[in-house]
Amino acid sequence: MYFESLNAAWEMAGHGPFVWSAYGITFLVIAGLILIPHQRARQAEIALRAEGEREGYTGAEARDAGETGAS
Amino acid sequence: MWTLIHKFGSPPWFYRFATTAIRWLLPIVLVALVVGCVWGLLYAPPDFRQGNSYRIIYIHVPAAVVALAGYYVMAFAGLVSLVWKIKMADTAMRAVAPVGAALTFIALVTGSIWGKPTWGAWWVWDARITSMLILLFLYLGVVALFEAYENQEVAAKACAVLSLVGTVNIPIIYKSVDWWYSLHQPASIKFTGESAIDASMLYPLLLNIGVFYALFALVVMMNMRAALLERHGKAAWLREVLG
Repeated sequence: MYFESLNAAWEMAGHGPFVWSAYGITFLVIAGLILIPHQRARQAEIALRAEGEREGYTGAEARDAGETGAS
Repeated sequence: MWTLIHKFGSPPWFYRFATTAIRWLLPIVLVALVVGCVWGLLYAPPDFRQGNSYRIIYIHVPAAVVALAGYYVMAFAGLVSLVWKIKMADTAMRAVAPVGAALTFIALVTGSIWGKPTWGAWWVWDARITSMLILLFLYLGVVALFEAYENQEVAAKACAVLSLVGTVNIPIIYKSVDWWYSLHQPASIKFTGESAIDASMLYPLLLNIGVFYALFALVVMMNMRAALLERHGKAAWLREVLG
């Protein structure tokens, strides 16, 4: 490591607040960039699965009803 | 080239490709991002003139470089959408715009934070900075335009035209530091001739530029995949994939 201690790395001879805040903001934006589409995809998947199950259920029910009707 | 465009134009093919690519790319990008940033923050030597504030370039330059390159990607998608009317090109254009805006925002904010200890001002109406601000508005304009229209085809056409017209700004941004008397320093990395930056400072910078390109590709694919899930919910191929 270039700095002698973590404290020196934190302070960076007076430039610490500038450097660390710039990195902090960048990481927040990157986290948002990754989390937003991840969440969107997850919610869409959950909705599609729920819809699929509902349709599957009614489909099976309709078939059952048909079979009972035939017998 | 044609087969590639054709493949990317197919939602089922792209969905499968993106799902696998995201799974691999996400951990690689995150690890490489941490390595690049720790290298630049803690292991690279300080600049003999700017001291430690220069360490901001390890995120500022990659964000700015990829924000500019990303605009070409968006404009190319706009061109493909206008000429060949491929729906996936609209999806790509729409996926790139917020990522480009976020990267331009990072470049502007980190540049501003760097400017305070180095130039003594948070903001200067310098040619490079002003043209980057225009880039941010162009990206945001595309995002807003997509939201403004009810009809997605009309929206895509308007966005494609805006993206293509906006490309004139990109060479202006590149050349602004040479054309005008500018406070912003000229490029330190040169493709031809020797770079004005020492290897110990250059390697973490090159790593982070690569990481930001990969991050861009990753997030664009994630946005496109999410859009496909939202839009093609009823499609048989998607049902099949989801099981």
